[in-house]
Amino acid sequence: MSFPLLTVTAAVPAVGAIATAALPAARRTAAKWLALLFSLATLALALLIAFRFRPGATGPYQLTESHTWIPDFGVRYELGVDGIAVALIALTALLIPFVILAGWHDADVLEDTRPNRRWRPTQGFFALILAVEAMVVISFEATDVFLFYLFFEAMLIPMYFLIGGFGDRAGGHGEEEAAAQRSRAAVKFLLYNLAGGLIMLAAVIGLYAVTADQLGTGTFSLQQIVEARAAGKLDIATGTERLLFLGFFFAFAVKAPLWPLHTWLPGAMGESTAPVAVLITAVVDKVGTFAMLRFCLQLFPQASSWATPVILVLALISVLYGALLAVAQRDIKRLIAYASISHFGFIVLGIFAMTSQGQSGATLYMVNHGISTAALMLVAGFLISRRGSRLIADYGGVQKVAPILAGTFLVGGLATLSLPGLAPFVSEFLVLVGTFSRYPAIGVIATVAIVLAALYVLVLYQRTMTGPVRDEVRAMPDLRVRELVVVAPLIALLIFLGVYPKPLTDLVNPAVGHTLSVVDKKDPQPAVQVDAVPGGDRRGPAVRDQDVEAAK
Amino acid sequence: MSSVASVHSLWTVAADMPGRIPAPHIEYAQLAPTLIVLGAAVVGVLIEAFLPRRSRYYAQLLLSVVALAAAFAAVIGLAAGGFGSAKAHIAAMGAIAVDGPALFLQGTILLVSLIAVFTFAERRLDPAAHGNRVDSFAAQAAAVPGGKAEQAAVKAGFTTTEVFPIVLFAIGGMLVFPAANDLLTLFIALEVFSLPLYILCALARRQRLLSQESAVKYFLLGAFSSAFLLFGVALLYGYAGTVTYSGIAEVISDGAKQIDPALAGTMGNDVLLLIGSALVVMGLLFKVGAVPFHMWTPDVYQGAPTPVTGFMAAATKVAAFGALLRLLYVVLPGLRWDWRPVMWGVAILTMLGGAIVAITQTDIKRMLAYSSIAHAGFILAGVIATSENGISSVLFYLGAYSFVTLGAFAVVTLVRDAGGEATQLSKWAGLGRRSPLVAAVFAIFLLAFAGIPLTSGFTGKFAVFKAAAESGAGWLVVVGVLSSAIAAFFYIRVIVLMFFNEPKAEGPTVAVPSPLTTTAIAFGVVVTLVLGLAPQYFLHLAGQASVFIR
Repeated sequence: MSFPLLTVTAAVPAVGAIATAALPAARRTAAKWLALLFSLATLALALLIAFRFRPGATGPYQLTESHTWIPDFGVRYELGVDGIAVALIALTALLIPFVILAGWHDADVLEDTRPNRRWRPTQGFFALILAVEAMVVISFEATDVFLFYLFFEAMLIPMYFLIGGFGDRAGGHGEEEAAAQRSRAAVKFLLYNLAGGLIMLAAVIGLYAVTADQLGTGTFSLQQIVEARAAGKLDIATGTERLLFLGFFFAFAVKAPLWPLHTWLPGAMGESTAPVAVLITAVVDKVGTFAMLRFCLQLFPQASSWATPVILVLALISVLYGALLAVAQRDIKRLIAYASISHFGFIVLGIFAMTSQGQSGATLYMVNHGISTAALMLVAGFLISRRGSRLIADYGGVQKVAPILAGTFLVGGLATLSLPGLAPFVSEFLVLVGTFSRYPAIGVIATVAIVLAALYVLVLYQRTMTGPVRDEVRAMPDLRVRELVVVAPLIALLIFLGVYPKPLTDLVNPAVGHTLSVVDKKDPQPAVQVDAVPGGDRRGPAVRDQDVEAAK
Repeated sequence: MSSVASVHSLWTVAADMPGRIPAPHIEYAQLAPTLIVLGAAVVGVLIEAFLPRRSRYYAQLLLSVVALAAAFAAVIGLAAGGFGSAKAHIAAMGAIAVDGPALFLQGTILLVSLIAVFTFAERRLDPAAHGNRVDSFAAQAAAVPGGKAEQAAVKAGFTTTEVFPIVLFAIGGMLVFPAANDLLTLFIALEVFSLPLYILCALARRQRLLSQESAVKYFLLGAFSSAFLLFGVALLYGYAGTVTYSGIAEVISDGAKQIDPALAGTMGNDVLLLIGSALVVMGLLFKVGAVPFHMWTPDVYQGAPTPVTGFMAAATKVAAFGALLRLLYVVLPGLRWDWRPVMWGVAILTMLGGAIVAITQTDIKRMLAYSSIAHAGFILAGVIATSENGISSVLFYLGAYSFVTLGAFAVVTLVRDAGGEATQLSKWAGLGRRSPLVAAVFAIFLLAFAGIPLTSGFTGKFAVFKAAAESGAGWLVVVGVLSSAIAAFFYIRVIVLMFFNEPKAEGPTVAVPSPLTTTAIAFGVVVTLVLGLAPQYFLHLAGQASVFIR
């Protein structure tokens, strides 16, 4: 038996969470370092996964592990990664150390405000972050629907405590009011996602009933179901397939979040601390879009095609509505939240355009959006912690007092508006090209959002950073070393992936090819040859043809 | 030999030759679990009569624990001896079934009871009265609340050690209830476990009037439901000419073969069958706490001493669902198309009703009562499946649910203020900051109730919904998950209250329990997590135990 790399990668942060939580109340600094250490170990393992992964190899999943777990439910402990999962695991493992570093002082408690000696929010904060990481990683790895569902749902609980338990004390109200708002935001987050998850549970059970009915034994194995469908052994009735698809999609759309199920996100991101907001939007929400690619499309290809028009329209509304509302925000963090809604619209658009550019672009978008939002949000968090306010109107002229802070904020902002040369440009361009080649009208309308993005980012920068220096801002210190350590690598990565996205595209393209072959979609023949697709010619046609055959 | 015939011949022989009644054939070894518990109960009564007051507590506790453990060992022995599968048969001349579901449920009841007895025996939570350690039960049950006799009893340091034999009697009845194989045994078992429960409900040390009120309500409504059940039994006898399960099932499927001359006018009359079975099922649904027979649940759960509430919520539900399963699967499978739509309605009403009304509750015990109603609805979804998977999922759910319930009520006993247990929800604000560990444990139980993955609640819920979906009740599953979503709201609300609200200055304190309650809670947590993470062994066990002997 080979080394269970995937299991270990998920287990390391889980062990780290327990170890961190177990530290006594007085060892706060030790807890921070321990959490950082475990997150770095996870990063090393994630890089090892990326290193061991062979993009061109045959078969949809690599590094697979398979053990019996609950035979009575037809559930196996099945892990495996494709290129998309590898990219997202790497993203997750990469961001967590920065989240931990950025949140270094977010959960500090004053000695005299502690209600008793057992109260240890610092340990709790970092343990919860690691717990979320473990659950996110295992949901990227799971190829068994039940296993995925288990962690998809369970990660809500640590997330909920992170949102409700820790705030940035910058809402402009008293502490009591802030706590009440925070707990409202946390409850809203939980109820939305729980409702989505429970509806998905009905669909998961339905899937079991269907497979048990047709295959003799019920199964949740993604690969088995896909193969059985390809071999004609499994034939889900159209109506049933559509209902099951809707059950799955609803949960992922809440998580993603897609208009009109997005309303929990601005509250959750606005009320939580900046690192937790990054955790929500850059890490946890990616599970939703990832699951659309892995589960919705592959389990229910026909229903996916059936629902595509409606989903595209919803995604388009998300794109524009998120951007428009971002323009109108007065709160920095809520602005970034609405910008994220717009970006998730793009990701969904790319996924359901059902073209290879669109889906590669969507996957790249997930990674790039993670990095760029992390950069912007974390710098915004540093800014807010200095001034103690989230309102844009409370700032002005920051670039004169804290030039490095302003500069990094600008780069993060420019990445968010997809400036060419920075990583998000590549993905946004691919998504738009992919969408345009099949649905020209939608592609054109979505382009409007780029203009809106420029508007909300630049206006945000202008109002906070330029102009006369406000008195409250005058004594603002520039970025500290710890903060620079957080921001600099992210910005370097944004520039690197913007100039040279090939490592990512090489990783992602074969997996996208496989997904499309399962859905049985081919790219429309472009009237004009699109040469701008980076790595598009490296798809490995041999592999794809095999997959197409296997699917038939 | 058919047991109907054997009973019949017994009576004819007896009638012919008075004074020469042959002894019935009883398989004592196979009835050992029940006999051990009932025997210990009798010994317990003797202890009350003959031992000095100061040594009763320890003697009773030791006796109860030993008896329950021995009975549990007997159940394991019977199951290991193959009585759960290959050697399953009907013992005691047709009165008691010894088969998989019976043994599984008896094992569950005994384990639950063992843990519950620990919480009964807890004497560190209430402040000592006049230097004597006291438990949750009244000093002298017969003394008028607030009267002179009560004061004297408290001063003398009396404790009601009778609770141990009383609860043993109740457990004995519960062991027979899911194994009963004829309607009269069913009725007697019902009475044997109900009467002690009525008494236990009235025995609270604090808030005695509330406790006595709950007992009266429980008794009156319980008596009603017993009457319904008994009337149903009579009608079914009129229909089938017999009270054994297999006999009635035979008449339902094949029609009456030998018309008893005395019942010539009624035998085979479907009206009697329908009304009779409806009444019997009604009596059982009352014990289960299903809507619309749930009215007693919140009041009784609130008023009864909390250890009793926990015991009732867990063990009674197991026993009653066991009896309901056997009745529907053994006696009335031929009537499936008649009862399934009705039970659909009951299940939907129960799930939604319990979940919705629970939202407005302000008392933690009442909230848990409504939550138990919602859970009864989920279990009914598994009952309706009418398949082996349905049986095994219900068995599993009952096991998983009872330990969560016991643990949750045990935590409730810990949170106290000057007036005893602080069951007002508002008083729980900020508990997570005062005592993070207790709040975290309670949060685990709440998450299990809510059916969050990685807890036993999720596994159980998945099992029953899966069974329901496989039997074609897809829409029932949808209603089920919707009411789970509603139910999640009020569980989460308690978590918010505990962790995200500021503690009140005059808030309750968390008492430090003795190892007894600690064991009960720790056992609950362990079972909750093990059944959530590695449920296969227990699912398999439930799956093996899912065949009723007919």
